[in-house]
Parts: sequence; C-alpha cells; structure tokens
Amino acid sequence: MNDVIVAQKLTKRFEDLVAVNAISFAIKEGECFGFLGPNGAGKTTAIRMIQCVSPLTSGILQVQGMDVTKEQRRIKSLIGVAPQEDNLDPDFSVLKNLIVYARYFGIDKDVAKKRADELLAFMQLTEKEDTPIDKISGGMKRRLVIARALINDPKILILDEPTTGLDPQARHVIWDKLRELKKRNVTVVVTTHYMEEAQQLCDRLVIMERGKILVEGTPRQLILDKVGNGVVEVLNPDPQVEIFVRSIGWTQERAGDRLYIYTNENQEARRQLLDRFPQANIIIRDATLEDVFLKLTGRGLKE
Amino acid sequence: MSLLENVSLRAWTVWQRNRDVFFVTWKTNFLPPFLEPVLYLLAMGFGFGILVTLPDPYKNVSYAQFLAPGLVAISAMYGAFFECTYGSFVRMHYQKTYDAMVATPLTIEDVITGEILWGATKSLINGTIVMLVIAMFGLASFPGLLLIPFIALLAGLAFGSIAMIFTALVPNIDSFNYPFFLFITPMFLFSGTFFPLDVLPGWVRDVALGFPLTHVASMMRDLSLGMLSWSALYSLVYLLVITLVAFYGAVWLMRRRLVS
Repeated sequence: MNDVIVAQKLTKRFEDLVAVNAISFAIKEGECFGFLGPNGAGKTTAIRMIQCVSPLTSGILQVQGMDVTKEQRRIKSLIGVAPQEDNLDPDFSVLKNLIVYARYFGIDKDVAKKRADELLAFMQLTEKEDTPIDKISGGMKRRLVIARALINDPKILILDEPTTGLDPQARHVIWDKLRELKKRNVTVVVTTHYMEEAQQLCDRLVIMERGKILVEGTPRQLILDKVGNGVVEVLNPDPQVEIFVRSIGWTQERAGDRLYIYTNENQEARRQLLDRFPQANIIIRDATLEDVFLKLTGRGLKE
Repeated sequence: MSLLENVSLRAWTVWQRNRDVFFVTWKTNFLPPFLEPVLYLLAMGFGFGILVTLPDPYKNVSYAQFLAPGLVAISAMYGAFFECTYGSFVRMHYQKTYDAMVATPLTIEDVITGEILWGATKSLINGTIVMLVIAMFGLASFPGLLLIPFIALLAGLAFGSIAMIFTALVPNIDSFNYPFFLFITPMFLFSGTFFPLDVLPGWVRDVALGFPLTHVASMMRDLSLGMLSWSALYSLVYLLVITLVAFYGAVWLMRRRLVS
C-alpha cells in the first residue's frame, strides 16, 4: 500500500501556543485513519494543514507526494473536505449547493449535475433536492456536507467530527456510508472525540493530546496493549474493596463513584469479588477504545 | 507581487455564486437602489432645486440636471460598498462561505477578487438603473450617457476594494458604522454630488479632491451634461490607481485575517 499522506515533524505554532508539536505519521491509500483526542489536542489543526488552508510552521507534509506548501491547488483538487461547522450555502437548495460547489473545482456543468444526482441518491437526499437548506434536518445537512465533499470524486476524504450532534439513527447512516466509501478505495481521514465512532470506522488511529501523538495503532491492538480484554466496574465500592483489589495486584483506577479494574479475566475477577463482597454492585464488560483514551489522557476536564 | 499570482480565473466562480444568489433573491434586492435616487431626485432636484442658481460653468443647467449624475455616482458607490462590507462580512463570518470555498482549488485571493468583481457588478447594475431613471426624466444627454455604466463599474471596483479593506479589519458587523459615518457619509455630501466643489473653502476642497467619489461624480457629470474635458482623464487615472492600491491592500489584509 502506498502512503498518500506523510508528515514528518509537522509543527504548527500560534502566537503563544504550540497546537501541533513535531508529529510524524503516514496514512495509507484506502484506509480510514483517525485523529482522536480531547478538545484542543491539535486534531483539527493537523487536518487543516493537510487541506492546505493552514500554513505549516515547520516540518514536512506531503499529500500524494506533493508538498502542501507548494502545490496547494493540485492537492485541494484531489481532496474532499467535510468541515466540523456546517458551511452550506443557505441561499441555495440542496441540489444547487452541490452544483455551485462543483463549479469551484472547474467541473463541467453536465458532469456536475450527473454526479450531484448520484451523490444525492447515495446519501438518500434525492427527495430533498429542491428544499432550501434551512428546511432540512441536522442529519441531512451532515449528509449533504459529505456529499458535497465527494463532488470532485476525491482520492482523499477529510471529515472533521462527522457525526457530532447527531442522533443515533443519523449517525449510523453516516457510518454505513463511510464504510461504503472505503470499499471504493477512498482514503478517509477522520477526527473525532467519539470513541465508538473511531472503533466503528478507523483501521488505524492516533490519540493526540496537547499537540503530541500519544499512541498509534489499530483500535483492537491499542485496547489490548493499553487496557486488556475486559473491564470490571464496581459502583460505590466499599474502602475494603479497594484494599482487596490492590492486594491482588489488578490494575485499577478510582474515578467518581466507581472503581475500574482492567483485567483479561473479568469473569474470574467478578467471581472473586462477589465471594468476598456479596453486596458489591459489579458490572463486567469488554474494554473499549474509550478506556484507552481515558487511561492515556486522564479523566480531568481539558478545558 | 506574490499575492497577485494567487489570483486566477477561478475567481469568476465566486462571482457566479453571488450572481446565482442575486437571481434567487432579486425581488428584494431590486427596488431599493432604484427608489432611493428617485426620491432624492424628486425632493432635492425638482423641489429644493427651485431655490438654486448654480455658478459657472453650470449657469445654464437646472439643479435637477446637476444633481442627477451625482445620484448615479452615489448609487454606484453604495452598490459595491454595501456588498463588500455587510454582504461580504456575512458570507465570511456568519455563513462561513469563504471557508467552504478555500477548501476547493480556490485560493483566498480568488475569493476576494470574485467578491470585489461581484461588488463592482452591483455598482454597474445600480448605476445603470439610476442612469435609466435620470434619462427618463430627460436629465442626461446622449451619447455621454452610454459611457456612464462603464464609470459605474470602475467605481464599483474601487469602492469594492476599499470596502473589502474595512471588512478585513472590523472585529464585528456593527463596526461598519465607522467607515459609513466617517468615510461614506462625508463623501456622499462633499464630493461635488450636491453642489460644485468650487464653493467650498480651499482646504475642504483639497480634501474633497482626494475622495474617489469626487472623481466618479465629476466624470459622470461631464458625460451626462456633454461637458467632457481632459480633467476626466485625470479622474480616470486617479480612480484606477486607487483601485489597484486598495485591491492589493484588501487581498493582503484578508490573507492576514483568514489564513492562520
């Protein structure tokens, strides 16, 4: 697999803040690559540099072998961008939004119409094609933003928080569509702070904090490496429970009203706990990316 | 001049976007630039004008004839200035239209150029409508009349570029009150639009000669009264220089504001 996006010591400094601090990564053709991290971690800044809309402070960044500081128009013609903030044109209908956007790419009128029809069908928006933007729902707007990002038939699709603020139905529709795109060999770059989204979509991901990459890997491998298979949660634990857990040597963390125990044998751990503390309120579950994320970035608020 | 290297023909797609919006909303856009000058012409030109005797070289000209090309000039100024202040700020700040555009092969320089071209087009449209109105009242003469839209377009490029400088600088939309009160209103009143500049004290006149609107109004008046002279050429060059300097400044300031 070819690397389509390569960053070496990529750095972005604003006046008094290093938003992206010498990060290196390589994104492969056809994969879905995620940037995860709390607010202010530098995810959006990183992808804005890939999009050629934010100049680098230092480092190297190449998209399909082209330098982002030099061949911006060519790079921008190859990528599609679905930004975090809806910036659809409120003065136009659904269809017209796509047609006008296609014109910015210099796409021929007939081709634009054909692609717009296909994309509206793909995103289940055909019925709404003549509806003004302010009359469609948030989920439809997001789908339209993604359709718009596909109007130039991009090699690389960049999605910044694609499902933030959507209800579960709308979110699942978008995930389905993105997985379909991956089958067509579109490279997808996504930022999110929804761990479930990352787990659903990403082949590989990085977790960022304060401009740095903390870890990189596949979701599965990161969970196994950083947390293990399973998690036991004890609600409102008795102080004796904590002492007991520590004496056994399980990896544990206390947060709020719960005690988290990270172990590959969570059934066994629950049995042992219940033997000793029959009254304890215990939940066992599989470990998720969220556990990895919280373990690495901490439970304190970031802002 | 590396900023200008980033301007391409793709700027027209920005212009086309604004034109398309104009055709969606033209019913609400169309009347005001047409009604206001008519009201001015009736009240000032035909009403107030009865009290007025003009000095040389306008001795044989009625006040309505004197005022009419000034109104065309004002409508050309307003066309681009409103479009490239309030209109552009709404697109830039509230609708995030520029963000959407620069995610495509358009550069920020293309976007600003397209916006100014559209502002100039609004000046052309408004100026031409008002020109037709004064022609219907018999207040302008052929063939000079036919060149007035061209001057309106040029005025639009100048005022659109100047407006875009303010748009690049203001912190919020209410701040446009300052350029409007401190720049547009003095120009509206003291650019030889309502009375000949010669009646002003020396230094005020010198200031007024620096106003771009003075030169737009003077060219339009010369054309409409059939009094064209070499001074129009000076005005034309002055306006072109202002346009180029303001355009370069607008693009530079917009890049500074938007690219981070």
